[in-house]
Amino acid sequence: MTPPVLEVRGVTKAYGDHRVLGGIDLQVREHEAVALIGASGSGKSTLLRCIDLLEEIGEGDILLDGAVITDPSVEPVEVRRHLALVFQAFNLFPHLSVLENIVLAPVRAHGTPRGEAVEHARELLARFGLAGREADYPDRLSGGQQQRVAIVRALATHPRALLLDEVTSALDPELVGEVLGAIRDLKADGMTMIIATHEMAFAREVADEVCFLHEGLIVERGAPGRLLESPEREETRRFLRRVLEAR
Amino acid sequence: MDGQGAGRSEARLRAKRRRARRGAAISAASTVVVLGGLAAIVLTSSGWHAFHATFLSWSVFKDSFPDVLGGFWLDVKLFVIVEAIVLALGLVVALTRVTSGPVLFPLRLLATVYTDVFRGIPTILLVYLVGFGIPALELRGVPADPVVLGGFALALSYSAYVAENYRAGIQSVHPSQRAAALSVGLTESQAMRHVILPQAVRRVVPPLMNDFIALQKDVALVAILGPQEAFRIAQIYGSSHFNYTPLLAAAVLYLCVTIPMARFVDHLQKRTRETRS
Repeated sequence: MTPPVLEVRGVTKAYGDHRVLGGIDLQVREHEAVALIGASGSGKSTLLRCIDLLEEIGEGDILLDGAVITDPSVEPVEVRRHLALVFQAFNLFPHLSVLENIVLAPVRAHGTPRGEAVEHARELLARFGLAGREADYPDRLSGGQQQRVAIVRALATHPRALLLDEVTSALDPELVGEVLGAIRDLKADGMTMIIATHEMAFAREVADEVCFLHEGLIVERGAPGRLLESPEREETRRFLRRVLEAR
Repeated sequence: MDGQGAGRSEARLRAKRRRARRGAAISAASTVVVLGGLAAIVLTSSGWHAFHATFLSWSVFKDSFPDVLGGFWLDVKLFVIVEAIVLALGLVVALTRVTSGPVLFPLRLLATVYTDVFRGIPTILLVYLVGFGIPALELRGVPADPVVLGGFALALSYSAYVAENYRAGIQSVHPSQRAAALSVGLTESQAMRHVILPQAVRRVVPPLMNDFIALQKDVALVAILGPQEAFRIAQIYGSSHFNYTPLLAAAVLYLCVTIPMARFVDHLQKRTRETRS
C-alpha cells in the first residue's frame, strides 16, 4: 500500500514554556482533504506552519510520501518546493504584479523556463476567474481576488499537497463564497489538502475527515457528518455550540 | 426647497472665495512686514558698508566665479563616486547585520562595530584621521592622493548611516513576506533579493535622498586635506584679495545642487504617502 502523502507522528511544538502542539497524529492520503477545526489558538496554524517547515518542531516526525522531512539532514527548501501554504492574510508580494507573484517561484526555485511558467500561470488565472488581471498589482484587487491569486501562486509549483490556513477569515462575508468555490474545484480535481477553517458547512461539504483541535491536541476526529452532528467529546460539543451561536 | 438649497450652496462658495482672498492678502502683508523688517535690521547695522564691500562685491564675484566653478566640478565628481560606493557598501553592511546563523556571528559583530564607530566619529575628524593618518603609515600601494583619502573617509562615514537606513527598511518588511517567499520554495537569499529587499529599498528612498543631500555638502570637508575644490579655492581667493565674496559664490553653487534635490525628496515623500494611504 502506498504511504499517505502527509503523515504527522506525535508532533509537539512549544514557544518557550508555552505548549502549542501537544503530540499530533494525522494522516492525509492522496486526493484526500482533511479539515482542522478548533478555536483560535488551538494550534491549527502552527501545525500547518510546522508541516511546511516554517517552524521547527519539538518531538515527533513529519513524513511526505513516506520520507521523514523533519530530519535535520533534510534541506527545508527542497521540502517546501513540494508543498504549498496559503495564508490567512494572502501575503502576496505587493511590489510584484499578479503574474510576477505567480511565476517567481516556478522560475527562481524550480528553474522552469519563463515562457512555460507564464503560460501555466495564465491557464491557472483563467481557471480561477482572474483572466486579464495579470498586470495588476495586488492592491488593485479585492480580498477575494487576492486570495484566489494566492491560491494560484501556491498551485503554480505543482505541489503534492496544499495547506490552507483559514483562507477566508480575513475576507468580507460577501467574498468568502468565491474563495470557497475555488477550493471546492480543487477538491473535485483530486488535490490533496489540509484545510484549517472556521467554515463548518464548508468543512462538512469538502472534507473527507474533520479533526477538532483543542489546546494543541486532536481531541476528536471523524467523518464530517458524524463529528459535526453528533460529537462525542464535551469540548467538541461546546466549540460547535459556540460557533453556531455566533451565527 | 431646491431653490433655497442652491442659493445656500452659492453663498457657501462665495464665502469660501472670500476667505481664500483674505488669507492670501494676510500672508502677503505679513511676508512684506517680516522681510522688510529683516532687511531694515541688516541695512541699518553699523557694519553693513564693510560687510557689503567684503562679502557682496559683484566684481569680485564675477572675477572669482570661473575658478570656484572649476573647483566645484571636483566636488561634483567626488560626490558621484563616493555616493556610488556608499550605496553599495552600505547595502553590504546592512545585509551582514540582518543575517542570522552562528557561523556569521563574527561578520555581524564586525558590521555592528563598523556602523557604531563610523557613525560615532564626527565626519571632519574622520577626514583628518584618514587623510593624515593613512599616509603616515607609509603602506606600499595605498594611494596618498588627498582627494582619494578624503573620499574614502566620507565613504566610511556615510556608508555607516546608509547601512542603518537600509537595515531599518529591511526590518520594516513584515515577517509574513519572508514566510510567503520561503513557502513557495525560495531560499533565504532569494527571498531577500526578490521579495524583501525590493520592498525595503522603496521605503527608504526618501531618507537615502536626505543622506545624499548631506553628502553633497560634506564633500567640502575634503578641503582640509588640501585639494582645490570650490570651498578651498574660495578660501584662498578670499585671503589673498581680502574679500570673501567667493565664499558666497561657492555657497550659491552648493545651493544650485542641493535645493533641486530637496524638492525632489519632497516629491518622493509625497508620493510615498499617497501610495500608502
